Amino acid sequence: MDKSSPLIEHLLRRTGFGVSEADRARFPAGTSYRQIVDWLVAYPESSDVDAKIGTPGYLLTSSGFAPNTNITHARQRWLFRMVHSPAPLQERMALLWHHHFATGYNKIAGMYGAVDGARMMAARASTDPSGQTGQIEMLRRGAFGSFRDLLVNVAQDPAMLVWLDGISNVKAKPQENFARELMELFTFGVGQFAESDVYAAARVFTGWNLARSGASGTGLYRFQYNPTLHDTDAKDFTFNIYTPVRHGKPSARIPARNAASGMQDGLDLIQALAYHPETARRLARRLWTWFVSETEPASDGFVESIARVYLDNQTNIRAVLRAVFMSREFADESRAYQRYAWPAEFVARALREVGYQGFSANDALTPLTNMGQQLFEPPDVAGWDLGLAWFTTGGMLARLNFASQLATNQRVALRDAARPFAGSANALVDFCYDRLSLPPVTIDNQMSLVDYALSGGPWTGSDAQLLIKAPGMVHMLAGSAEYQLV
Amino acid sequence: MRFTRRDFIAGGVKAFTIGFAAPAFLSDLAVATGATSRSLVVLYLSGGNDALSTVIPYTDSFYYSRRPTIAVPAGSVLQIGADSSGKALGLHPRLTGLQSIFNDGRLAIIQRTGYQNSSRSHFQGTDIWSTGNPANSTGAGWLGRYLDALQPPVDPLVGWSTLRDLPHAMLADHTAVAAIPSVSGYTIQSPNSGTEGTYSRAGVAALASHVPPDRPHVSFVNGALQNVLVTLDRVATVGTYVPTIAYAGDGLSQGLRAVAGAIVRGIGTKVFWVQIGGFDTHAGQGTNPANGAYSSLMGTLNSALTTFYNDLRNQGLLDSTLVLQFSEFGRRIGENGSQGTDHGAAAVMMAMGGGVNGGLYGTAASLNPAGNGGGTLENSGNDVAYQTDFRSVYAQVIDNWLGANSVSILGGSYRSPVLNFV
Repeated sequence: MDKSSPLIEHLLRRTGFGVSEADRARFPAGTSYRQIVDWLVAYPESSDVDAKIGTPGYLLTSSGFAPNTNITHARQRWLFRMVHSPAPLQERMALLWHHHFATGYNKIAGMYGAVDGARMMAARASTDPSGQTGQIEMLRRGAFGSFRDLLVNVAQDPAMLVWLDGISNVKAKPQENFARELMELFTFGVGQFAESDVYAAARVFTGWNLARSGASGTGLYRFQYNPTLHDTDAKDFTFNIYTPVRHGKPSARIPARNAASGMQDGLDLIQALAYHPETARRLARRLWTWFVSETEPASDGFVESIARVYLDNQTNIRAVLRAVFMSREFADESRAYQRYAWPAEFVARALREVGYQGFSANDALTPLTNMGQQLFEPPDVAGWDLGLAWFTTGGMLARLNFASQLATNQRVALRDAARPFAGSANALVDFCYDRLSLPPVTIDNQMSLVDYALSGGPWTGSDAQLLIKAPGMVHMLAGSAEYQLV
Repeated sequence: MRFTRRDFIAGGVKAFTIGFAAPAFLSDLAVATGATSRSLVVLYLSGGNDALSTVIPYTDSFYYSRRPTIAVPAGSVLQIGADSSGKALGLHPRLTGLQSIFNDGRLAIIQRTGYQNSSRSHFQGTDIWSTGNPANSTGAGWLGRYLDALQPPVDPLVGWSTLRDLPHAMLADHTAVAAIPSVSGYTIQSPNSGTEGTYSRAGVAALASHVPPDRPHVSFVNGALQNVLVTLDRVATVGTYVPTIAYAGDGLSQGLRAVAGAIVRGIGTKVFWVQIGGFDTHAGQGTNPANGAYSSLMGTLNSALTTFYNDLRNQGLLDSTLVLQFSEFGRRIGENGSQGTDHGAAAVMMAMGGGVNGGLYGTAASLNPAGNGGGTLENSGNDVAYQTDFRSVYAQVIDNWLGANSVSILGGSYRSPVLNFV
């Protein structure tokens, strides 16, 4: 596929981290928008981008790389995946779910130590001594499946059990933390439930605790239902747990159950929340924010139609994503370049477009923190503040300075790549715009950039001049307002 | 997603155009007003501070019976006398410096602040405390509305968040507020040095000067870039500040160090924001052990505030500085099964500074759940009920400290005849 279809370029930008020639080459000429959507949502599960870590020609990582047990290395691995994965939408969805089920490493490490904290957040089962699956791996794997199943996995996820104190939720003293956030943040949202629902939901999850088999550092942390610690009494809610469609008779009460089968309480509540129409609408708005616009409110039509797809497809996320990408609102060229890139998106895209040869993912981590997005450490369980909120003075300065850091690192490669465009200052501007996949240059920007190229002396196109001006211009443009929009 | 609530095009574009009116003139303006102006430092204890572990009702037997493992023993609290109802109170044992400031009459403690039907949600609670509007907690914050009411042109450093992001309370409709988490990191790098580096910075400024009205998304970011460019030099002067006392390395202390530097350098900032997290103590609250979680928080809070207080006193600037502390809610009275406390209702606020009339304001709750503690409790006796509307505290700060009109900024009169802490 060539660069000729603006709508397809828009689709690839919003579902990946910058659009490279390799991304375009994946699709033969004439591939339709719908075919590409189908390909994107049915990403190739077999591909293993991690196998490329440490091989020449890819983004570098720290020496002694131990991403299962060292959170800094885990952050590098995720960034590596964003830069190199042939299925970038999977990483984008993992990032979205990480934001949605925002869990912070520090609390877990504070209680279980750095090694087990990293394992609970990010271990890959296939390379962990006891097959521990870190939270992010669970989210990546379930990113396109049923939201109901994702909720169950989240409720039983070791990191989440620590993060929202499920580990100590027992009938003698119910713990409200997870119960509240499950309703307020993970499903239907504030305004849909009463304080009494929080107390009832806390009791529902009593006994949903954490167990470890084996030693600290290598043993397996896993969800464990402890019947003796479960509150077996009935729990009453202000909304229906059982609905006519699925259960014949509507009821807002989870019945008293014996301890052995009490785990069903939690599954029933999750089922009710997953299928609640307000959950469907809230997720539709989330996806609008992530894929369409963070500054424009979702239209009612979009919300209702996506919510309908969600409910009609048994909460299947893949079906919902396809509907989002096929929607009129998403596939709208007038919305191109109007979505603010999150820091992780900005960094991954800049690495792909400016260059990564000889650059270590480790060197992007402090800048990411300064931009306001430390992976595995969201500010709180509500995730990050999005959209305009990224562009504080400090956050914007961090982006500008990362652009400088990267352009400095890639100085020689940029000079070499710019040689065919050495003919004029205008040609250098063309080179930079193409390299960075920017929208067409405005006259104002063109003049400013040519002024920059010519400052200090006339244009010669010499290697010496390119060595200064190519990275200089890439810095200015990767740090520009235009580059923050996808 | 706080930002998305405001009218982006109307608010966003206006914010930067006013913010970037005339840098040289604005700097003069800041210097002219800065030296004599008062500043407000808002301190947010994020996560819902357990007020009953900060200001301890150590003679209330229910405090001990309902908190069997996390109550602070009466023998170790720092006594600060009794409130107007005669209830004896003590500060957490780590708040030694604050006890001294209290004894100097420069610390006001306002007990049981809050509002009707207190939200137990961090996010809604924070939004309500940020906007001062429990009915609709979206839109500009109370500090943002104060900044919006200032006579333009307004300097881009008039509000300064020491966080990476902008707290909702400082969100304004028309006024740009700076977020400067690190003064020393507030410089523009360039791939080239010397003259070429200067050209780079000029180029960055040239690109950022384009604010096409038909492309508000681009214009907004350029507004942020412009605010960086026009504030670099003045922020750099803050970086050269040498405090009279060494600040600790934690985030709150370093934030307050920057605030002190900005005050001493006469930057002209009227509202600063500092923050410390970790107060969502559902489990292992650690109120008593030397290195327990809550104990450490109190230790950090104490050292940061005491250092700041003494530094400003040494600089002779204590009288023009007011620190106002809040948190989004207090916590449940009874401890939970994990030696922690869940989300509760009424909170404690504090005000500190040279202009403060120190002392205990409001009365403590009776923690006897029977009969809702004589009306001082709610939620079946599980939570402390509010007594002083938090907006009355804001009103006093707005009227008596900032010299603005609280009725218009808060959208109603919350002035209280019994509060006179400043």
